[in-house]
Amino acid sequence: MLTFEGVVYSQGAFSLAADLSVAAGKVTAVIGPSGAGKSTLLHGVAGFVPQTAGRLLWDGAAIGAKTPDRRPVSMLFQDNNLFPHLTVLQNVGLALTTGLRPSKDVTERVEDMLAQVGLSGLSTRKPAGLSGGQQSRVALVRALLQDRPVMLMDEPFSALGPALKDEMLDLSVSLAAGRTVIMVTHDPNDAVRIADEVVGVVDGKAWVPLETSAFMAQPPEPMKNYFGS
Amino acid sequence: MARRALSIIAALVVAGAVIVPVAAVLWRGGGITALSAADWAALRFTVWQAFWSAAISVVLAVPVARALARRAFWGRSALISIMGAPFILPVIVAILGLLAVFGGNGLLNLILGPLGVPKLDIYGAHGVILAHVFFNLPLAVRLILQGWLAIPSERFQVAASLGAPLFWLLEWPMLKRIVPGAFAVIFVICLGSFAVALTLGGGPRATTVELAIYQAFKFDFDLSKAASLAVVQLVLGGVAGLIALMLARGDMLGAGLDRVVQRWDGSRVIDAAWIAAAAAFLLFPLGAILVAGVPGLLDLPASIWPATLRSLAVAIAAVVLTIGLALPLATRAGEAASLLGISVSGLVLGTGLFLLVQPYVRPSDVALPVTLLVNVLMSLPFVLRILRPGIEGAREDFGRLGQSLGLRGWALWRIVYLPRLRRPMGFAAGLTGALAMGDLGVITLFSRPGEGTLPLVMYQLMGAYQMEAAYSAALVLVVLSLGLFWVFDKGGRVHADV
Repeated sequence: MLTFEGVVYSQGAFSLAADLSVAAGKVTAVIGPSGAGKSTLLHGVAGFVPQTAGRLLWDGAAIGAKTPDRRPVSMLFQDNNLFPHLTVLQNVGLALTTGLRPSKDVTERVEDMLAQVGLSGLSTRKPAGLSGGQQSRVALVRALLQDRPVMLMDEPFSALGPALKDEMLDLSVSLAAGRTVIMVTHDPNDAVRIADEVVGVVDGKAWVPLETSAFMAQPPEPMKNYFGS
Repeated sequence: MARRALSIIAALVVAGAVIVPVAAVLWRGGGITALSAADWAALRFTVWQAFWSAAISVVLAVPVARALARRAFWGRSALISIMGAPFILPVIVAILGLLAVFGGNGLLNLILGPLGVPKLDIYGAHGVILAHVFFNLPLAVRLILQGWLAIPSERFQVAASLGAPLFWLLEWPMLKRIVPGAFAVIFVICLGSFAVALTLGGGPRATTVELAIYQAFKFDFDLSKAASLAVVQLVLGGVAGLIALMLARGDMLGAGLDRVVQRWDGSRVIDAAWIAAAAAFLLFPLGAILVAGVPGLLDLPASIWPATLRSLAVAIAAVVLTIGLALPLATRAGEAASLLGISVSGLVLGTGLFLLVQPYVRPSDVALPVTLLVNVLMSLPFVLRILRPGIEGAREDFGRLGQSLGLRGWALWRIVYLPRLRRPMGFAAGLTGALAMGDLGVITLFSRPGEGTLPLVMYQLMGAYQMEAAYSAALVLVVLSLGLFWVFDKGGRVHADV
């Protein structure tokens, strides 16, 4: 369980408050209007935005002071998920090693995972030689190979067309089964499609998660504007 | 932490390399009370010629830039590229080219003489200004062209549909913003002019402070006079440099000038005339070097080749050192430290270093290392200008991804930053190499006969009236300078995935 005990993340003049728990092993969507603080919440968990109050706990242990790579999280960013100057193999290999010449063992594991998402034979290409959907798969493979219990997704598929986006969401959830997935989205349909629970974020405050159907039926009061009801 | 320490060390090294020689100069100068009438004349001339060089360059650049901004024609982008070349063209080569066109036996006198026009003489104050305009007109054109192209084309469309006066509505406000900065940058560049004054100036009416430092040093061996003059140059360059820094806008080496704004005003013929005149002014001297230099290539004096090797060695060492220092210095504080180097002139640094090493070694023994050091310090500000946006961009785009993957320290640089910086690094290395290859500055103070760099040997050939050999040496020098630039710049582009 990921627990926010009176946590405040501050970025310049903006701050986001969260006092809630996210269930382990489930998919949680973070929904809210632009500028409400969805990304701040996610980047705070990942360790990129300074935490100015409270405690962040994973399975009871405080992780708020750890550097990004020591936290139990992997992250898919909105863009720039892949280094354009590195091959697919090197990009994914960085999940397992900090070298650019992955060992045989690492190469095999990377190729295995690539095959699972239908990217066999593409490991020597650079990102520019891949389609948008293929690039997303490579980034997903790397996040999975980092093998962290929490996977954070900051609208990584928002540049894809609707059908491809749905396909990628389904693929992510099925491959990440058993992990805790927290996904930012501005599209309620994404939440309905894959999320077990929903955290609403409005005006710098994250609300306690509700089960998706319950959330959709009756969103928290300040979010009603956002849904237009 | 390690990176921070490295940055601080690099900044201290650079600041020290500038401040210690300057302190040595100040210490030996003993105040600026000792200025003679000739020294005051040099100070007046320096400011006067810099003012007129900058004014003429900027005033002529406005119609040329406007013509380039609104006319599309064959060779336009090539011409704009060539306008970037004077920045890396060895000064001495350009001067020889100007001599071939405007000199006593030059092209112009050859044509105008029979028509009864009195003979033009390039030596003297107007020659110094002519050469400065040759170098800085293209720079001014590029700076002002950037301003023109930064005006959104929609505004021209709106103005055209309203029949509004384009100049007062759109162009005058832009010029008011851009021109003072362009003027100031060129003014500062011309204040530090040495090689131009050395070759075309001289005498009581055309001596710059830099040239006076050289003469005090070389002919009178009057160290305290050289030091006093160095202090004068320091104050002059420092004050003007600060003002220029505040006024300067735009990117001196900017790319992306190949857009044309569609407009419905102005005379096609007049624009063509401005463009043709600017192109001729630029291309004739360069063409003259080619024409005059090729025949003598086969019987160049043997002294050329060791000098060429020395110049290449200095240039390549300057590239390695400059880039090596620039990477840890690519922060705001580092850039500020490096700017010290640009406000101080090469001859002031050279004088200081001379005073420092003189008690221990013969200065001529360290002529090349001193030339190298001065070139590194002079190139650093430009190189940092080029590299910093690249490093900041890479940090912005990939910093968090790198962190989340646990990349730090050297691994972060090797895997993320260096590959992202290939293009700007190639460009910066090319610039440094070409500038060092063509530098004719501090080497004139130190060098022993027979141990000069290629620009110095070329200058000596000119002084000995061996003009054919000088033209051929110029050709070798310009090919190597531009070649160095091309090789490094290309190296940064090949396989660079953006």
